[in-house]
Amino acid sequence: MSIRFTFGGDEHIFGEVSEDMSLESFFTSLSMTNAVREAGIRGVTEICPANASFQIKFDPDAIRPDDLLKELKGMEAAAAKSDAILKTRIMEIPVFYQDPWTQETLMRFRERHQDPTKTDLEYAAEVNGLGTVENFIKAHSSQPWFVSMVGFVAGLPFLYQMVERKRQLQVPKYLRPRTDTPKLTIGHGGCFSCIYSVRGAGGYQMFGITPMPIYDPNQQVSYLQDEMCLFRPGDIVKWKPIGRDQYDATIEAVEANRFEPVIRPATFSLTDFNRDMAGTNAKLMEALNGR
Amino acid sequence: MAVKVISPGLSTTVQDLGRPGYYHLGIPISGGMDRFSLRAANMLVGNDEGAAVLEAVFLGPELEFTAPATVAVTGGDLPPKLNGADRQGWEAFPVKAGDRLSFGFLKSGARAYIAVSGGIDVPMTLGSRSTYTLGALGGHEGRALKAGDELPVGDGAGGKGAIPAGLRRMPASPAELRMLPGLYWHRITAESGKRFFADTWKVAPEADRIGYRFRGGTALDFVPREQPFGAGSNPSNIVDACYPYGSVQVPGGTEPIVLHRDAVSGGGYMMLGCVISADMDLIGQLQPHAPARFVEVTMDQALAARHDRQAAIQRVRDHLGR
Repeated sequence: MSIRFTFGGDEHIFGEVSEDMSLESFFTSLSMTNAVREAGIRGVTEICPANASFQIKFDPDAIRPDDLLKELKGMEAAAAKSDAILKTRIMEIPVFYQDPWTQETLMRFRERHQDPTKTDLEYAAEVNGLGTVENFIKAHSSQPWFVSMVGFVAGLPFLYQMVERKRQLQVPKYLRPRTDTPKLTIGHGGCFSCIYSVRGAGGYQMFGITPMPIYDPNQQVSYLQDEMCLFRPGDIVKWKPIGRDQYDATIEAVEANRFEPVIRPATFSLTDFNRDMAGTNAKLMEALNGR
Repeated sequence: MAVKVISPGLSTTVQDLGRPGYYHLGIPISGGMDRFSLRAANMLVGNDEGAAVLEAVFLGPELEFTAPATVAVTGGDLPPKLNGADRQGWEAFPVKAGDRLSFGFLKSGARAYIAVSGGIDVPMTLGSRSTYTLGALGGHEGRALKAGDELPVGDGAGGKGAIPAGLRRMPASPAELRMLPGLYWHRITAESGKRFFADTWKVAPEADRIGYRFRGGTALDFVPREQPFGAGSNPSNIVDACYPYGSVQVPGGTEPIVLHRDAVSGGGYMMLGCVISADMDLIGQLQPHAPARFVEVTMDQALAARHDRQAAIQRVRDHLGR
């Protein structure tokens, strides 16, 4: 596998590890960006890993674009060979699926949807051949997800489902993006789920909402006082379906600043995962549930 | 010293030269859209070039000063008035306690930069005073100004002088936005690429600090392929990736969007390349319906243009004896 490098104007180098998404490509992208950070190259100002690609922003007054490109190409072989083992975290994210707020929003944008007669969840269940919304929610929430990118807007995680490719849920994005999405909506587009960290435009299908803040520019939320964004690439997420009562109770706890998210340390090995997905996920669940 | 907001204009925000270093978390650089004009405004009032100023778009605010200071307005032609009397843009003028600054209708350009000696002294957030409204971060309470806001101003010695038209930098009509093809350029046919540069586009009403949308050109022709896993089904979709500043994405292959200072940091649409760093300022001065062309350049031309812009800033410094 060879990285496709291309310049984004005179201030960015963009590296595409592969056209398609895979955890292998993600790990190569992460290794490359880690290597660039450690190398401390003069003139590099931003280092952004993404799902299967990455981007380096630089000051061309400090380093010539071709010289930086040469340095990056020199790191490629080592990045491809590096062990894909991560010391990371697993966290539980409560989700109120089919909540009234995303429901109200999706009804306002039906003319931008592939199937205006269905809700986003009904449509997603159908295109994935799962029959019912209940089956779809089960498929969405039963196995963990891997944060393969943070971005779009502040602190928004892109999540990749940790199951065999043929079982991965895929849903097209809206035909035309909405101009509104409730804050903390759980969305899905292509093979990725996401959590909208702020209210705003969005093109992903809307499945539910979490009461758990993931971005706090005021740094008041107890677990967001050091870092205003919760997620880092490599974090692992387990959705926990909740109902209205638990949603309301969690919101109350968040507002009183006594909500404590379930976040546990975990180790992830790509080799082990590829060898035995069910077994790896079961171990991650043990790490999460403290057993 | 403070500036009181009597009326806020359409969307007036506190901006400086931005907040680099957090793009990997989805927090964009922000800062003035037209950094040339922002620097010039600060130079006129004797500030550091990167001090925080007010960026007003299309419609000016009305402001009242609580103490004497020096003020300058640069950028688009949004005529300043002090206590109702005309003042010149691109020229420093003194204000007294109780004076009111207001604006006539915009004559050209899109954004004005209002600098006050001492600089707007809102708290620093992640190393910058710039406002990122989508993330409710920085500036004054993370938002555009409202009537009744009161902004602290630092201490400054003040400055004087004017910047003649020949030293300013504003877009032509049609605007020529130089662009380095790349990123996912290979996804469109050679013929489609030629048309993209040949067409004259028009700025769409959806043009803001996040990005500028353009209309009126020919839809793209994509090179056929089987869509890669995870990308989505439209030929303009890619596996969600980082978006460079200035990158030209074309959702659905129809209307290009150039991402600007408050860019979304990534997403799933292919990009044709980037508008070069030297021309980002110019986009900030385009109004909806303004005609624009994308002009293909090489990396060497992009770097030369970058140096030309730096030299233009230096000429302003030299002119003002800084």
